[in-house]
Amino acid sequence: MSNFFNKSDLTRQDADKIVSETLNNCDDGELYLEESKSESILLDDNKIKSSNYSSDLGFGFRAISNEVVAYSYSNEISKDSLKNSSENLKSTLKSIKGTYNHQIPKSNKKFYKDINPIEQKTLDSKLEVLNKVNDFLRKKDGSVKQVTASFAGEQKSIEIIRSGGEALTDVRPLIRFNVSVMLEKNGRKETGVYGIGGRQSYDDYLKNDNWKTVCEEAFRIASVNLESKPAPAGEMKVVLGPGWPAILIHEAIGHGLEGDFNRKKTSAFHDLMGKKVASEGVTIVDDGTIDNKRGSLTIDDEGTPTERTVLIENGILKNFMQDRHNARLMNTRSTGSGRRENYRHIVLPRMRNTMMLSGNQTQDEMIKSVDKGIFAVSFGGGQVDITSGKFVFNCTEAYEINNGKIGSPIKGATLIGDGPSILKEVSMVGNDMMLDPGIGTCGKAGQGVPVGVAQPSILIDKMTVGGTKL
Amino acid sequence: MVKDQEFLKSKASYCLDLAKKMGATDASVTVGHSISETVNFRNKSLEASDRSDGLALSIETYLGKRRSSISSSNLLDENIKTLIEKCFETTKITPEDEFNSLPDKNLLAKQISSLNLYDETRFENDKKIKYLKDLEESASSDNQIINTESSFTENKSNFILANSDSFCGGYKTSSFTASCVTVAKDEKSMERDYEFSSKRHLSDIKQATDLGNKAAKQTIRKLSPKKIGSEKISIIFDKRISKIMLSEFASAISASAIARGTSFLKDKIDQQVFANSINVIDKPDIIKGMGSQSFDSEGVNSNTLKLIENGILKNYLVDTYNGKKLNLKSNGRSGGTTNLYFENGNISYEDLMSKNSRSLYITETIGHGSNLVTGDYSVGANGFLVEDGEFKYPVNEITIAGNFKDMFKNIILANDLEFEYSVNSPTMMIEGMTVAGK
Repeated sequence: MSNFFNKSDLTRQDADKIVSETLNNCDDGELYLEESKSESILLDDNKIKSSNYSSDLGFGFRAISNEVVAYSYSNEISKDSLKNSSENLKSTLKSIKGTYNHQIPKSNKKFYKDINPIEQKTLDSKLEVLNKVNDFLRKKDGSVKQVTASFAGEQKSIEIIRSGGEALTDVRPLIRFNVSVMLEKNGRKETGVYGIGGRQSYDDYLKNDNWKTVCEEAFRIASVNLESKPAPAGEMKVVLGPGWPAILIHEAIGHGLEGDFNRKKTSAFHDLMGKKVASEGVTIVDDGTIDNKRGSLTIDDEGTPTERTVLIENGILKNFMQDRHNARLMNTRSTGSGRRENYRHIVLPRMRNTMMLSGNQTQDEMIKSVDKGIFAVSFGGGQVDITSGKFVFNCTEAYEINNGKIGSPIKGATLIGDGPSILKEVSMVGNDMMLDPGIGTCGKAGQGVPVGVAQPSILIDKMTVGGTKL
Repeated sequence: MVKDQEFLKSKASYCLDLAKKMGATDASVTVGHSISETVNFRNKSLEASDRSDGLALSIETYLGKRRSSISSSNLLDENIKTLIEKCFETTKITPEDEFNSLPDKNLLAKQISSLNLYDETRFENDKKIKYLKDLEESASSDNQIINTESSFTENKSNFILANSDSFCGGYKTSSFTASCVTVAKDEKSMERDYEFSSKRHLSDIKQATDLGNKAAKQTIRKLSPKKIGSEKISIIFDKRISKIMLSEFASAISASAIARGTSFLKDKIDQQVFANSINVIDKPDIIKGMGSQSFDSEGVNSNTLKLIENGILKNYLVDTYNGKKLNLKSNGRSGGTTNLYFENGNISYEDLMSKNSRSLYITETIGHGSNLVTGDYSVGANGFLVEDGEFKYPVNEITIAGNFKDMFKNIILANDLEFEYSVNSPTMMIEGMTVAGK
C-alpha cells in the first residue's frame, strides 16, 4: 500500500481539508491518488531487445455539478499543486451549485492479492524464460523465422479521498506474457500470436513449464495460416468458437450498453431498455468479481465495489453499465463500472469481464447445420461505431465450412455486423463457455483499460465476411 | 507556464552525471514538460474542463553493449537517484547486444532550425467557451442533428534531449485543436461524423462556424444508408482514408519491421512498389508543420527524404539500432515519419469522381485490418455510391479487401493535396477492389 502523504509537504489533514472545501457545493467528486510501478521485458530477433522499468505518481482531482465535470491532474503531489487544481475546478464550476452525495456502497470482498508481481521474480529468471521460449520455438521447426516474447508486469496502488475525509484504497497487480512467432515456407510468411495474463504473480503462470503451451499455441496458429486460402466475400452463416471470440459481444453489444452513450442518447440501444435485443437463450453479464481475472476490480476508480451486472437476460435488455456521474443523471445506481486508465484521465463507464453464458447445444451440432459459412476460432482486434451500431472484428484463425464439415483455413478477414440486430441472428448457444486467456485491452476516448471476455460457441445465421473471393 | 530550458537542462545533466558516476559507459536522457487545457461542450453547454500538467523523464543507461531504460513522472532528485540505480543494476544483467549504441556523433543535429512551432498565445478558457458556443450553434442549426459534442484543447510543451556524447537540445512546441462530433437521426437511422482542426498557431485554426457546419453536413448526408451487394468495384478514398494508407506504408518501411523481416516491403529497395506516377516525401522542416522536427528522438539530424520516386522505393525509415543491423546510417527517423505526403497526381478531383460510371467513395474505415507481414488488407467501411461523378446514396455495413502489393500499384491520385496534418494525401482511387456486402 502506498503512503501518498510522506512524499512532500502535503499531509492527509491538508488533503482532506482542500477536498472537502472544494467539493462542498458540488454534486460529486473526489481526489484520486495513484502510484504505479511497471516493467516490460522484450525478447525479439534472438536478443533481449529492451528492458524498461517505469514508476508513475500523481493525482487527479474531480468536481461534478449537474452535468459539468471539472478535472485537473498533476504528477506533483504537494500542497501548492493541489491548491492550484482546486482553484481550477472552482473556476469552472463557479456558477453551478450542487449537493454532495456522501453515499458509497461498501464491501469486504477482494478479488486479487496485494502483491507486487515485479518484485516477486528476479529479472534473471524472467530473462531465462524468454531465452528458453526463443530456443524452444527455433528448434521446433525450421520454418520459424522470427520469435518475439515479452513479459509485462504492473502494480498500481490507488487511494480515493471523498468530501468529508472518507478514504478508499486498492492495490492491483497485473501481468501479461505474450509470444509471437513468424513462419516462412515456400516464400510465404504468416504470424501467430498467443498470450496469457491476469491479476496474479508470474509464478502462478510459469510453473510446470506452461510457457510451452503458449509457444505451441502461437506456433499452431501461424502454421494454420500458412495453409490459408483467400476468404470468401458476402453474407453467410458464422460459427464462433468459445472464449476470446467474445470480443464480438464486447464490440457489438458491450460499448452500446455503457451509461454515458445512453444518457446522451447516442447509442443505438438507448431506447431499447426492457425490449428484446437478442434471441431467447442469450444472457450477457459484465462481471468485475471473478478472482484474478484481467478485467476484475475490487473497487472501481470511484471507490464503488464492483459486481456482476446482468446486461441482457434471456434476450431482454436489463441494465446499462454505470459510473456515479451517469447513474446520477439517469436516476439509477452505479454498477461499479467507473474506470480510468490512470490519474491523467477522467472516469468513464467501462466494461470489466463481459460474458455470454452457456446454453445447451454443442459446437458439433452448429457446424453440421451449416451448408456454406465460416468457423472463426480466434480474432485480432475489433471496433464499433456505437451510433450506427456497426462493428467489425478481424479473424486471425478461421476455416471454411462446406456441407456441415470444416474445410480449409482462410486468410484473415474482417467480419462486419450490426450491433442491435446481431444477437437476434444467434440461433444456437453452446454448452462450452470459456474465459479468454487474459489478453484484452479496451480503448475508449483515448484510454486503454484491461478487460476480459467469455462466451460459449455460438451460431450466427447471417454476417458479412470481408474476404476477396466473390 | 511550461518549464523553461534551464530547468529541464539542469535535470538532464543531473541524470547524466549520476549515471556516469555509477559507472555507465553511456547514457541518454529526455526530460519533458507539458501543460494542456481542454474545454468540452455538449449540446451548446459546458460539459467538462480538464487541465493537465505533466513532467516526464526517461533515461537509458549503457554498459558497453548492454542497455536498459526507465521512465518516470516523479522528478524529485531523490527519486531520480533510486531509479537510475535500478536502471543501471538492470543494465548490468541485461545481455549484450552488438547493435546497441548512442547515435553516431557526426549524425547528430548541429543546430535547432527555426520552424516556428511555438505560439505563446494563451487562449483563456472563457475564449474557448465562446469558440465552442459558436461552433455548436452552427453544428446544430439543422433539426436532424440531435447531439453535438465539441472540444478545444490548448497544449504547450517543452523538452530537452541530452546524451553523454555531449548532445543537448530541445525546444518548445504548441498545439491548438478544435473538434466537433455530431449525431444526426432520421426515421430509419442514426449516424455520427466529425471534423477537426489542429494547428501549431492559434490564428491558423479553422473558423468555429466552418468547423460546425462541415461536421453537421458530413453527418446528415450519411442518413438512411443502404448495404450494397458483393462485387469488384473502383474505390475512391476520401483524404481522411488515403492518408491512413500512407501511414500503413510508412509502418511497413520502418527499419525495425525490415530488420525483423516482418514487412511485405523487405528487400524492395530500388524496386517498383507503387504505380510509376507516385512520389512520397517526408519533409521535417515545414514551417509550423504538425510533424516538423529539428532532430529525431535520438538527436539525429533529419533531412527531407524521397521515400518513393516514380513508384520506386528509395529509402527505409532508419534509426540507429536497426540501421546498424541493416548496415544503414540513421536518416533521423527514430520515432517515425515527420511531415509525410503523397505528391499531387495529375487528375482533378472532379475527373477522378467521374472516371468510372460507378464507384464507391469511402469516408470511414473501421477495424485493424492491415497485415503488414503479408500486405493483406480487409476493413469495415462506409461511404457513398458514386454514379456519373455524383454521390447517389450513403452505403454502410460493408467491407473492402485487397493486398497492399496490388493496391499500391493501382493507385491514382487527384491533385487536391493540402497540408492540414502531419500525414497528408490527395483523394485516391484504386480500381478493382473487392467489396463484401449483401
